[in-house]
Amino acid sequence: MTILEKVTALLGEGAVLEPSTDRVPRIAPGSPDAVALLLGTAHQEGWRVRIEGAGTWLQSDAPADLALTTRRLDRIPAVEPADLTATAEAGIGLDQLRQQLADRGAWLSIDPPGLAGRTLGSIVATATAGPLRHGFGPIKDHLLGVTFVTGDGRMVQSGGRVMKNVAGYDLTRLQAGGFGAFGVIVLVHLRLRTLPRADVTYLLEGAREDLTQVGEDIAAAGLTPAALELVSPALARRERWVLGVRLAGSPALVAADEAGLRAASGGARFMPLRAEEAHAFWMRLAEGFAVRPVTFRIGGVPSASDELLDLLQHQLGDEWISASPAAGAIRWTGDATIDRLQRLRRTLAGLEVPLTLERAPWPLRGAVGHFGAYREGVGPLVAGLRRTFDPGSALVVATEGS
Amino acid sequence: MDGLPTHRRLPDLVVLPGTREELIAVVRLLAAHDVPFVPRGAGTGLSGGALADEGSVLIVLTRLNRILKMDAGNRAAIVEPGVVNAKLSAAAQPHGLQYAPDPSSQSACTIGGNVAENAGGPHCLKYGVTANHVLALELLLADGTMVESGSPGGEPWGPDLVGLFVGSEGNFGIATKITVRLTPLPRAVRTMLADFNGLRTAGEAVSAIIAAGIVPAALEMMDQSCIAAVEDSVYAAGYPRDAAAVLLVELDGRNEAGVIAETEAVAELLRKSGARSVRIAASEAERERLWQGRKKAFGAMGRLSRDLVVQDAVVPRSALPQVLETICTIAKRYDLVVSNVFHAGDGNLHPNISFDATDPALKQRVEAASAEIMSTCIAAGGTITGEHGVGIDKLRYMPLIFDPESLGAMQAVRRVFDPKERVNPGKVVPVHACREWTSIRSAKFGMRNDDRQFNSAFPISHSTLEPVP
Ligand SMILES: Cc1cc2nc3c(=O)[nH]c(=O)nc-3n(C[C@@H](O)[C@H](O)[C@H](O)COP(=O)(O)OP(=O)(O)OC[C@H]3O[C@@H](n4cnc5c(N)ncnc54)[C@H](O)[C@@H]3O)c2cc1C
Ligand SMILES: Cc1cc2nc3c(=O)[nH]c(=O)nc-3n(C[C@H](O)[C@H](O)[C@H](O)COP(=O)(O)OP(=O)(O)OC[C@H]3O[C@@H](n4cnc5c(N)ncnc54)[C@H](O)[C@@H]3O)c2cc1C
Repeated sequence: MTILEKVTALLGEGAVLEPSTDRVPRIAPGSPDAVALLLGTAHQEGWRVRIEGAGTWLQSDAPADLALTTRRLDRIPAVEPADLTATAEAGIGLDQLRQQLADRGAWLSIDPPGLAGRTLGSIVATATAGPLRHGFGPIKDHLLGVTFVTGDGRMVQSGGRVMKNVAGYDLTRLQAGGFGAFGVIVLVHLRLRTLPRADVTYLLEGAREDLTQVGEDIAAAGLTPAALELVSPALARRERWVLGVRLAGSPALVAADEAGLRAASGGARFMPLRAEEAHAFWMRLAEGFAVRPVTFRIGGVPSASDELLDLLQHQLGDEWISASPAAGAIRWTGDATIDRLQRLRRTLAGLEVPLTLERAPWPLRGAVGHFGAYREGVGPLVAGLRRTFDPGSALVVATEGS
Repeated sequence: MDGLPTHRRLPDLVVLPGTREELIAVVRLLAAHDVPFVPRGAGTGLSGGALADEGSVLIVLTRLNRILKMDAGNRAAIVEPGVVNAKLSAAAQPHGLQYAPDPSSQSACTIGGNVAENAGGPHCLKYGVTANHVLALELLLADGTMVESGSPGGEPWGPDLVGLFVGSEGNFGIATKITVRLTPLPRAVRTMLADFNGLRTAGEAVSAIIAAGIVPAALEMMDQSCIAAVEDSVYAAGYPRDAAAVLLVELDGRNEAGVIAETEAVAELLRKSGARSVRIAASEAERERLWQGRKKAFGAMGRLSRDLVVQDAVVPRSALPQVLETICTIAKRYDLVVSNVFHAGDGNLHPNISFDATDPALKQRVEAASAEIMSTCIAAGGTITGEHGVGIDKLRYMPLIFDPESLGAMQAVRRVFDPKERVNPGKVVPVHACREWTSIRSAKFGMRNDDRQFNSAFPISHSTLEPVP
């Protein structure tokens, strides 16, 4: 029997999709159990499996015997507006989830880069936070628990559905940003906020250094923006660098912050955006990372933001950059070679700044790895965790690169 | 013992290293001789996590109490594990900063213990728990290896080992150096007290505030028994004794006008939800007094009886009114004094049972009532601990919320850090309930407390599934 015949016998014809362009069979299990069954079988048979979400972005190009896509895991079993929690399957698109939450007055306060239809599982697996990380923290801060299936088909649940939970070790945090190396996330319990009653965006254009200063002044003045993002001209589609300030929350707080913004920015002219303009601005920013082949993020301390931006400009160019200086987080996209990325990662490691490769074509991804330049003692632990959750190395993930 | 009065153990040896180097040498010596050991901070833990048995060595970390670096510009600090929580905040204050997680035990507990337990506190509703504030960790594994996880900016080097370590209750090794995020001190604070005729109405008021999209810095509840204990003690805060419950609500922010506006909105919501009165603290002294009653409530309860079991569980916020009523019924049925003082905004309950541990029959009733309270919380969709950890106290409840496969996964992760299970043995994961992680896999979905909704969403369809034991 071919792999395809075996899978069809196992999960039914409905689970088999059109093959990828590289002719690798694409399987879409319809339930978490089907994922477990498929991976269990893959482990026994020695198949190599690559994971896809909606497959909208990261080329599904890793060498594998089959591609497992989560796209049919698209249910939202629970939305609890009173508790501000929700449970969603990993293959749901963020746009759909957002809509359903908004209908109930709830908000998942993340704005990851990418197209609106990115799957929740991929956002969790890649821990890709966007500008809202400034006000609401990294992706992991929005997770109450996950259920995942290991590379050998075990279903594991961690965390739960309540706001605080310290029962057992926190495997959720291992999955957030694990790039699928420790299993396929099938179900996510989320922490929500109420849909902000007021949500306004202001933009300021100028020289990068000047905007950085304004950003610092805003922080020093005690404002608490939801986002405070420094965006390169090309990405913002403006003449000059842009500082985007998003204020979101209760009308009282937002009004107070707006007044504070005027006072803090002394003379600098912030331009208010209309609601649809604001929406378009943040969406363009997210989608802008879709245009180029390589995207990575780096995380330094806030005071190093300027120096790190200079370094990126010098080594790779700074056309396509977006940064939350106060969070020390910078995202870069563009064209880069294996050599240059490895050199940059080494340089950054010397500054205690990790570089996480978020997306790139397989030849580059496989060589550079999502992670690398581990600090003392980290490598053996990662290897041990990999062996634990994927004993047969069924999951094809470019963790450390070659 | 630690803060949990029901368990006592005697280690063979207690070591108090005075430097990081001494600590490393001790752990390496123990590794060479294959001796189990237990890290210990201040011993304020409430789940028996820091207890060491015969045959193991207790390593007390309280002498490693230096703040190594205060980086005000980057709002971060690097500390040794034995630094006392409140001392860190005190050291940050001159820089206009604070260490936000503020367990009620903050004047004694250590940052190392906080990391191990993923400690919370009243202000975690707005600011998050320990896990949200740890950027990097230097770890000493049981075999003496050092690990540098996390980075000064908080971005991990690969998988999030910091996130995995926080809350591991000393089972993955010792945190020897901790980089934490500091938070700007609020510039405006308003604290108010609302009192209610019933626990249910108080619970509903909590929901109303959350639903309005306002995130108070703290939203704490105390019931009548707790109020009485506080008012009878030196910590008397002026809580109305005849109230069935009081809510302590604090709003803070960096912007005076915003905080004032939100305070008015909350006061209005409280009144509408049936508060008999709402009192806004008019001075810093009054605010401190209101808080003192809350922070010292456990101490005050200590006067009620010889021993006190401080329980810890979490339920969905909307389930609070119903769960509180059920706990009342359980207390009556077992003829026990249960006082509730808890983080209502998070749904994190602390039903505390006063008793005398020298009375075996009474002790048994306390155990039985505790177990029933836990089942009630689990049935409501909650969990068995929100901040105090599993330790040894809650081992027996772990199989109620995790299936054998998931418990097995936890055990397997522990073995990656500590293959011989020498550090803090016998805690957190009930080994007998784990599915062996090296045996044939099986697919089993779901939390034990899943409701029908979940089951219908994920029909358990395949033959490999085993029945839940
Ligand atoms: C238009 C667009 C722009 C983007 N720009 C950026 C960007 O600038 N920066 C950035 O960081 N990211 C960006 N991304 C996201 C990118 O990092 C990832 O490729 C993203 O996960 C793609 O989502 P997807 O649903 O198409 O998943 P896929 O591309 O199919 O999968 C992404 C990765 O996640 C893993 N994965 C997916 N689902 C699961 C699961 N359930 N469990 C375990 N592992 C899983 C896959 O193995 C793969 O490694 C962008 C995405 C889009 C669509
Ligand atoms: C009156 C009172 C009020 C409390 N209020 C709260 C509250 O509001 N919120 C809350 O979360 N908790 C609360 N607690 C519980 C307790 O204070 C916390 O769990 C605290 O984090 C324990 O810190 P400790 O230093 O006392 O740790 P210990 O009790 O000494 O140890 C706790 C656990 O941590 C491990 N450990 C200690 N140090 C390290 C280290 N450096 N590396 C690895 N493992 C280590 C130990 O092995 C043990 O398993 C309260 C306790 C009391 C007595």
